[in-house]
Amino acid sequence: MSRHVLLIEDEPNIIEAIRFLLTRDGWRVDTHCDGTDAVQVIEAAKPDLVILDLMLPGKSGMDVLRDVRGIPEFAELPVLMLTARGQSRDRDMAEKAGVSRFMTKPFSNAEVVTAVRDLLAQASRP
Amino acid sequence: MARDTLTGSRIRERRSIAGLRQADLARQVGISASYLNLIEHNRRRIGGKLLLNIAEVLGVELSMLTQGAEAALIATLREAAADAGAVAAEIDRVDEFAGRFPGWAEVLAANHRRIASLERTVETLSDRLTHDPHLAASLHEVLSTATAIRSTASILAETGELEEEWRDRFHRNLNEDSLRLAESSKALVAYLDESGETEDRRGAPQEEVEAFVAGQGHFFEAIEKTGAEPDELVENAPELTSRAARMIGRAVLTRYAADARSMPLAAFRAALTRLGQDPLALAAEFDVDLAAVFRRLATMPQGVLAGEVGLVVCDASGSIVYRKQIDGFALPRFGASCPLWPVFAAFTRPMVPIRRRVSQLGRSAMLFDCLAVAQPVSRPVFDADPLFQSTMLILPVKGGAPPDQDVQPVGSSCRVCPRGDCRARREPSILNEGF
Repeated sequence: MSRHVLLIEDEPNIIEAIRFLLTRDGWRVDTHCDGTDAVQVIEAAKPDLVILDLMLPGKSGMDVLRDVRGIPEFAELPVLMLTARGQSRDRDMAEKAGVSRFMTKPFSNAEVVTAVRDLLAQASRP
Repeated sequence: MARDTLTGSRIRERRSIAGLRQADLARQVGISASYLNLIEHNRRRIGGKLLLNIAEVLGVELSMLTQGAEAALIATLREAAADAGAVAAEIDRVDEFAGRFPGWAEVLAANHRRIASLERTVETLSDRLTHDPHLAASLHEVLSTATAIRSTASILAETGELEEEWRDRFHRNLNEDSLRLAESSKALVAYLDESGETEDRRGAPQEEVEAFVAGQGHFFEAIEKTGAEPDELVENAPELTSRAARMIGRAVLTRYAADARSMPLAAFRAALTRLGQDPLALAAEFDVDLAAVFRRLATMPQGVLAGEVGLVVCDASGSIVYRKQIDGFALPRFGASCPLWPVFAAFTRPMVPIRRRVSQLGRSAMLFDCLAVAQPVSRPVFDADPLFQSTMLILPVKGGAPPDQDVQPVGSSCRVCPRGDCRARREPSILNEGF
């Protein structure tokens, strides 16, 4: 069974593009577009990796990340955070909150696919 | 040292340029070298034939020795020295420096003016990038759309065998996103163009009201002369486009009208002539509270007061609900202000007027006397906390403070304040990060 990626992003055409890319690369991709219940969606889906937008409606990606890291089961879950805000302050905050990788928009397709591959490869190592 | 005693410094400078030793020049004009030394150090006045002779020997026009650096140049150099934290002894010799090295002095002054201008630009941009929700949302929209276009275009360009259904979908997405990008880019450019005229920019309702009030010079003749109704003025104000702005504008004008009724313009002007700009005396004269006098002083038309005054009114959350700008005391457009402003300190002692002499760092170090008082603005209600507002009048101090004067350094907001060891700092300053 293919590895499972959960993409939490509110921009429909970014969702479509990333889903296409990762599906082609062999991943199973589910999507969600709201921050409010994102933690519950992660808990229910138990993905191998989460791609999380920083600016989400309802609840920020940063808050979602903090909540997720507070759940022991997801302490090591690879989380790739996407943001249109490239400020070092945001990056520092995300690192403190436990992000696995931080990527600023606009990014290239290759960057996303490579990041997902790397993060899942790291997570698979004993 | 007075500026008209600088002739000696200029003689010394010109002699150096001419390559003459002090003894040579002294001999040629028939005085002793020690006397010339005293002249050159501005310890002896010089004029008449001796000065003419010196100018002739040095080969310069008399005016080159008698007309030195302008007062504005000296003032700018003093500001530059104060901002840089130069030692007092050197600040005292600024006149001599300007007299001896007018070219270098002008370079230094020009650089100081340039730095001040850049600081203002940085302040404005940082303020907006950090706190302006409209700009942040616009940039986010542009970057997100650009990301979607980039990803979709790459898929179309780089995927060899793409199913027709996917290809059509991506073409459609590309078309939608390019239209969105065009629209959001246009909106962003329009926003930035408009904000080039910073004071005219509209955005939040509070800004609309500020633009409206500032456009009237904070003085409403119709209320003063004919007792015009605030509702009528608000309805006829094209600047107040949103319902929220009209509501805020109505509250501002209602308070203005109440102040004008309790302190009619003619009577207030007469009282100013008799009592001076003494807020306590004026409050007693008209039997009004101190905050009302602060507001009334800040809304006087041009020419009534000795100079410009500024005003800040904030509620207990620290949000500025009314402000009148004054040169040299920067008020951030968005976000939190410096917590060291007396307007906030007044909340710690409600009903007690406080007075602080302050200077904003990182600017021209102008001094201001800030008078502030916090008082309830709601009627008493049992078992309900009163609503407080604090009002601060900002008065520029002319002539600077005596050396032993206790001056409270304050900033505009942490983000653009260079003071590193501030006990009130909330966040790092970009001015300490290489700007």
